[in-house]
Amino acid sequence: MKQDRFIAFILLMLALSALSGLVLITVFIFKEGLPLILQTGFRDFFLSSDWDPKGEHFGILSMIVGSLAVTVGAMAIGAVFGLGMAIVLTQFCPPGLVSILKPLIELLAGIPSVVYGFMGVVTIVPLIRNHLGGPGLSVLAASIVLGIMVLPTVTSISVDALKAVPRAYWEGSVALGATKWQTTHMLMLKAARSGILAAIILGMGRALGETMAVIMVAGNALEIPGSPLDPVRTLTSNIALEMGYATGRHREALFATGVTLFVFIMIFNTTALAISRRSAGKGGGR
Amino acid sequence: MDIKIETRNLNLYYGAFHALKDVTIQIKPQSITAIIGPSGCGKSTLLRCFNRMNELIGGVRIEGDILLDGKDIHRQGINLTRLRQRVGMVFQRPNPFPLSVADNVSYGLRVHGVRNGISVPEVVEHSLRATFLWDEVKDKLDSPALALSPEQQQRLCISRVIAIEPEVLLMDEPCSALDPIATGHIEDLMRDLAERYTIVIVTHNMQQASRVSSDSAFMLLGELIEFGPTLHIFENPSDKRTEDYVSGHYG
Ligand SMILES: Nc1ncnc2c1ncn2[C@@H]1O[C@H](COP(=O)(O)OP(=O)(O)OP(=O)(O)O)[C@@H](O)[C@H]1O
Ligand SMILES: [Mg+2]
Repeated sequence: MKQDRFIAFILLMLALSALSGLVLITVFIFKEGLPLILQTGFRDFFLSSDWDPKGEHFGILSMIVGSLAVTVGAMAIGAVFGLGMAIVLTQFCPPGLVSILKPLIELLAGIPSVVYGFMGVVTIVPLIRNHLGGPGLSVLAASIVLGIMVLPTVTSISVDALKAVPRAYWEGSVALGATKWQTTHMLMLKAARSGILAAIILGMGRALGETMAVIMVAGNALEIPGSPLDPVRTLTSNIALEMGYATGRHREALFATGVTLFVFIMIFNTTALAISRRSAGKGGGR
Repeated sequence: MDIKIETRNLNLYYGAFHALKDVTIQIKPQSITAIIGPSGCGKSTLLRCFNRMNELIGGVRIEGDILLDGKDIHRQGINLTRLRQRVGMVFQRPNPFPLSVADNVSYGLRVHGVRNGISVPEVVEHSLRATFLWDEVKDKLDSPALALSPEQQQRLCISRVIAIEPEVLLMDEPCSALDPIATGHIEDLMRDLAERYTIVIVTHNMQQASRVSSDSAFMLLGELIEFGPTLHIFENPSDKRTEDYVSGHYG
């Protein structure tokens, strides 16, 4: 009894210190970054693409656009392939094979991002440069690399969402004469809709937050991209590239970039959470 | 005599387990046939043979013939989609899809392709009227089917099958998730539907079998022990085991 309470106390302390660590980081980022946003003004910070730390111009519009372009591109690729794989795995594969393939796909998440970036530099970038033109280091290259990187997230969560659909639905549909494919797109995808949406949004969060691989393949130019073949710099890349030598207001501006990123990711994650909560409440019936 | 569904020396194996043993049965059209027997005797298995749902489970082997209107349902080139349209199934637990009421009923139509000249809303109304559900749900056609009561859900599942104009209705303990009043309603509905459809119902409920069915089949450990007019099975069974079961000596 006494021992139980002691262990519970220790665990509570550990949990609290982890939580307070998170709170401290958040407070620190906002404390360092927010004043600069306020001094610069929302307009000049968010809606200007004039980033010139020496001249004290801190407009991050081109990086916001860069991050969003790369994220949207990555999700177009990641969602199509990830959802496709989830459908094949859950609807058209013997269960035995699924229990081998799914862990394999999840293993992909464990590959360090620098390796993905490296693969992108040696394969995808030259392909784009030679066949589509431009420098190769581009929105497109980053989208493809990130699209592959988010596959495990999107696939794995979508598989779980599709597997959670009661088998009775599936049987009912098949008993009405529906083919597997009809059952999939008329019923299963609808029944698993919220889980799939959550998978895609969580994937977006990953794509937006990824840094190393993007730095290696995106080109990092400080311009609003005119086409998918143009190079871009994302919010994350900017922080990583300049943190080493930034001081004073420049350093604060990088924290302010972090604040922006933080807010974006919070929005994605709370949306995903809200969606999966809603579906849990609704699907709880039977 | 007319026969709708017939099996000849039907044997079914789940892997090594022999679940149906030499079942030979003849089911009359436009009537209700009840399949009774203790748990695990193979009632559901037999029912699921008629629309070929068993083969969705891995490792199932079927021997012998199953005929629908005299034609083998395992013959080469049979259209499985069409077979399942002709032989509809209602499950033990109401399983409306997580769609609107109307989309549930029109599901089968959309699966089989809406033929020219057919109005989907009309079919939806007609199918809901057939199960006496129309008046209760006509104002909630667009609301989620999962919000209906269990009885309404089961009626909806029956409407969903009726919408694709089947010839046979297979019902696997359709009332076991319902209270006695709802059960009574579904039984009335079955009697009404039997004028147009061939109904095969699996039930654990002896009274239900004697109330609704005209023929009854008693199964035990995968074997069809006795099959005949319900009155005969319940009042004057030829087999000692049937007598023990209907008089309540079995579980
Ligand atoms: N998928 C399966 N794999 C292996 N054995 C099975 C499978 N489905 C059923 N069985 C076995 O086959 C036998 C008959 O099962 P079935 O479900 O047809 O019985 P039932 O008469 O419908 O029982 P209940 O009244 O409990 O519904 C049972 O012994 C059961 O364990
Ligand atoms: Mg059963």
